[in-house]
Amino acid sequence: MNDLITTMTKKGPVVTDGSWGTQLQRRGLKRGECPDSLNLSNPAMVKEVAQCYVNAGSGIILTNTFSANRFVLSKFGLEARASEINRAGVAISKEAAGTKSLVFSSIGPSGKMLVSGDVTEEQLREAFEEQAEAQRAAGADGIIVETMMDVVEARIAVAAAKRTGLPVVGSMVFDSGKDKTRTMMGNTPEQAVQELAQAGADAVGANCGQGIEGFIVICGRMKAATDLPLWMKPNAGLPEMEGGEVVYRTSPQEFARHVPPLVEAGALFIGGCCGTSEEYIREIIRALGR
Amino acid sequence: MGSDVLKSIENAVVEMRFDDTEALTRQALDSGVTALAVLNGGLLTALERVGVLFRDGDYFLPDVLMSVKAYNNSYRLLDSELKKGNYKARGVVMLGTVQGDIHEIGKNILLALLQGNGFRVIDLGVDIPADTFLARAQEENPDIIGLSALLTTSMPAMKEVMDLFSARGVRERFKFVIGGAPVSQRYAEEIGADGYGEDAQAGVDLVKRLLA
Repeated sequence: MNDLITTMTKKGPVVTDGSWGTQLQRRGLKRGECPDSLNLSNPAMVKEVAQCYVNAGSGIILTNTFSANRFVLSKFGLEARASEINRAGVAISKEAAGTKSLVFSSIGPSGKMLVSGDVTEEQLREAFEEQAEAQRAAGADGIIVETMMDVVEARIAVAAAKRTGLPVVGSMVFDSGKDKTRTMMGNTPEQAVQELAQAGADAVGANCGQGIEGFIVICGRMKAATDLPLWMKPNAGLPEMEGGEVVYRTSPQEFARHVPPLVEAGALFIGGCCGTSEEYIREIIRALGR
Repeated sequence: MGSDVLKSIENAVVEMRFDDTEALTRQALDSGVTALAVLNGGLLTALERVGVLFRDGDYFLPDVLMSVKAYNNSYRLLDSELKKGNYKARGVVMLGTVQGDIHEIGKNILLALLQGNGFRVIDLGVDIPADTFLARAQEENPDIIGLSALLTTSMPAMKEVMDLFSARGVRERFKFVIGGAPVSQRYAEEIGADGYGEDAQAGVDLVKRLLA
């Protein structure tokens, strides 16, 4: 196992952070605006989000670089600035983290599909290498490849991130199939674990897609399939509309009630995805008896 | 003979056997089966089965795309004959992801299944402003307009489209359907859409129902 990850998890589960998108929207990110470009245009706003998780007690915070790959950025005409946006994102999180938290930089999906021939494996590899290298250069402590729907793309991203020499986590979305334990492409937790481990992941896991209740089963199945540490970031339930506003129904307290069973199922990194905030992080920490 | 070969074409599409689909279609046409019979008796039933398998969680996105590829291997052999005859599409559907949202996968699955079910589909693409929906709808005169969104933050853009059509007095000329991860039947009612599809197959069923 990677040294950093071994050291971190020696005393039990590590609490990561909550959602960035929800938090940036709350602070004025507009519909159709590129969230990652805020790293250049409004770093103070991005830092506020990072800071709220550091203050809440997150042992690891992520970065505002989820969509900062050349494919997604090209939809905003920003593909040439991919490295710059990634470097700025890491720098902002590091500034907020100081010596209190570690910074794992986020790499999300390309938005292109290999299976329909939108993109080649080689093009994906180049894009993820560009992103990972910029994150390493800016001083990320680790890299989290997250919200992946296609295990082939996830494997390419993990391998690209591993080339930096940093510890790498690979995390996928399980929201499809009869019991919501498959990715959109039909990959199972076992298959994800096996393929991501082969690609060199130092930890594997699941994020987004559903509420925390559904994560217990997925986490347990991953645990049975690997010795690697498991990374879990569930949503605060599924989004609903209420009077034109988006709401997530799972409260921080309710979310935290499912944390002990998630630990029981093998989770070693716990945080939240869509709809979660610093309140959820505080409740997770409380649920762990810290 | 005719119905056997049609059943074989249907199975080949469902089982994603591209080469078989093509060979069986040639065989059917050579033996005198009409293009329309291949379409109605083999391909459309195949895509209906694929849609149900997808809805029930037995098929996943790659399976749907592969089946549609197999379908296309057959369909392109029928196209010229269908155009000569009086074959007409079941209806015209215009699809787009609303402004502020660049996600296209859900829309594209629906597109594939609608085409497979015999509809003509006009794809506007992603991040489409309300006035583009209006302008293109007036040009193309579709029966149905489908609005897609993945992001919760882009849901209000669906309402903007509905409101614009209402404000210009052309709302009643079209049926509107909505779909996407954050959307619900309740939201469809709230913004005055004609229906909501929980997944791509439900979307196809909805379109069929609205045009029945």
